[in-house]
Amino acid sequence: MNGQKFPAAEFSGADLSCRRGGRTVFTGLSFRIVSGEVIVLRGPNGSGKTTLLRLMAGLARAVSGTLHWNDADIADDLCAHGARLGFAGHRDAVKSAQTVRENIAFWASLRGAAPTHVDQALNTFGIRHLSDIPARVLSAGQRHRVALARVAVSGAPLWLLDEPTNTLDDAALNALRDTLSAHLQRGGMIVMASHGDLFLPQARALDLRQTQPAAIAA
Amino acid sequence: MSGFSTILRRELTLSLRSQGDVMTVIAFFAIAAALFAFGVGPELNVQSRIASGVVWTTALLAALLSLERLFALDYEDGTLDQLMLSGTEPIAMVLAKTLAHWLTTGLALLIAAPVVALALQLPTQAYGALMMSLALGTPTLSLLGAVGAALILGAKRGGVLLSLLLLPLYIPILIFGAAAVEGATLGLSTSAPYAVLGGLLVAALTLCPWAAASALRHALE
Amino acid sequence: MHKYANPTFFMRIANAVFPYAAGISILCFAVGIPLALVFSPPDYQQGETVRIMYVHVPAAWMGSMVYGVMAVSSAVYLIWRHTIAHIIARASAPIGAMFTALCLVTGMLWGEPMWGTWWVWDARLTSMLILLFLYIGYIALGDSFEDQERGDKASAMLALVGSVNLPIIHFSVEWWNTLHQPAIRSFEGFSINAAMLWPLLLMVFAFQTYYVSVLIIRLRGELLSAKIRTARFNLAAAE
Repeated sequence: MNGQKFPAAEFSGADLSCRRGGRTVFTGLSFRIVSGEVIVLRGPNGSGKTTLLRLMAGLARAVSGTLHWNDADIADDLCAHGARLGFAGHRDAVKSAQTVRENIAFWASLRGAAPTHVDQALNTFGIRHLSDIPARVLSAGQRHRVALARVAVSGAPLWLLDEPTNTLDDAALNALRDTLSAHLQRGGMIVMASHGDLFLPQARALDLRQTQPAAIAA
Repeated sequence: MSGFSTILRRELTLSLRSQGDVMTVIAFFAIAAALFAFGVGPELNVQSRIASGVVWTTALLAALLSLERLFALDYEDGTLDQLMLSGTEPIAMVLAKTLAHWLTTGLALLIAAPVVALALQLPTQAYGALMMSLALGTPTLSLLGAVGAALILGAKRGGVLLSLLLLPLYIPILIFGAAAVEGATLGLSTSAPYAVLGGLLVAALTLCPWAAASALRHALE
Repeated sequence: MHKYANPTFFMRIANAVFPYAAGISILCFAVGIPLALVFSPPDYQQGETVRIMYVHVPAAWMGSMVYGVMAVSSAVYLIWRHTIAHIIARASAPIGAMFTALCLVTGMLWGEPMWGTWWVWDARLTSMLILLFLYIGYIALGDSFEDQERGDKASAMLALVGSVNLPIIHFSVEWWNTLHQPAIRSFEGFSINAAMLWPLLLMVFAFQTYYVSVLIIRLRGELLSAKIRTARFNLAAAE
């Protein structure tokens, strides 16, 4: 949100395998991303896009392989790793009993972000006029925008977004594209799952079809 | 530490906005205690004899009520993911949520307990011990409850399972809590049960947040 | 250590152990039961009812011991992530629960002639009853998840929480018991002589080898059902 640049950093994973419900979802997966880059995860349903994002966030655990942030294994300090990322998953984590502003302000305050950033994020995603309304009356698309605004106020260099374009209308899509570009310009990193187009011109695709257990066996 | 107070404040706001929560716990406490009275009959000296045990047992069951939702709502709507990634130590987060649970149930029970005890003819000299033992015992109930609530996240049957896991673990607290009240009724010293309840609280305070935090990590994996 | 954690290797050893464990168990029961129930002397106070002890005491020991095995295996599973350790814990739970239930039933059978009632809130019996609840909770938690691994981890943690709590529960029940019921006679109350000790030890050994044998049979079943599960997943994935 503010103009300040993030220090140059590198986030990488080596030889990752992950199991879910007794099934190997992907294996032998490696990636590397540096400041200012964006990776889009591609692959059919069940190829492990969500799992990989949760793995990158340190929420899921890999059967094998490691994740490094600037040479430090993220497993050594999961709490610090969480602090340097903003995560928007399938579930929007919006509390119905609180207003839109209270929802975002809570997360901003946990991250130590200034209150002005909250207003800025509300403006960016076009939910400023809803800010004093309890979140229970919001539509799915509006809740999703609240979740994206939370990522925007996190002040974190790494953004992990799971299907961020879902349920968004054209205006919100443009706002998202602008926000993501500005984040990259500041030296941020973005990893997002999408089965639509690449969305950002500079995006690099990581195709999970290459790392399916069947593909490797064959 | 700022994360702790931010989370605590939000938890309290949320549970006060869904006003039903606190009232349900107190109403359950009162109704369950009344059931005991109906069960044993209106004879005053019989009620007076069992009052210490009944107040403690019903308070314990009431404390179980809202535990199921301690982490379950946050687990379902994705808030737990976000809290884990917020840069706040998971142990501080667990402590904040557990303290909020205690403030909205344990403390509420503590306030309602003398009234319930009055209806059950608890002798006058035992009220101090009742308050003291509940004050020392109910935080331990919430702390152990946090571990149980974290373990059952994503389970097919929530509430009944949680009771099955927690009630055996609650037995020591019930024994010493009720013993303190009964001791005071009989005019005996209550320092031994207090010491044990205090010891259990300290042990729970050191072990439970850690156990619950690691159970939460496993639940999100 | 890691070599033994490989299920295939582990089962090879277990299968080799099985005939010996089962054989010793049958032998010990064959000698121990007649010795305990017919040839050992009656107690001078309790008379013939003391013979229930030869089942009750080993069952009580096994009930506690199997929970200990579960706690240690669960710790190994959670720390080193050896699945076989968890499978041992899960396969042990119903056996341990059965031992505990046997201890309770024999305790009640003994209590009727001795105390004149089927149930007395004796400290040891009460502790065993709570242990049975812990077993039931463990089994119920493990079965409550769609995702097997999630159930494995939750129940392993519960076994550890339970093992930390067991001594506290035992202590408080004992304290509660002395507070409310001073002086009731229990099994500790009689002096054991050599003619009783030998059949008792034989029965304990029979119970232990019985546990090992049944555990190995249950492990085979657990590993086979894990294989079936994986095969079904692969079938769904290949489709």
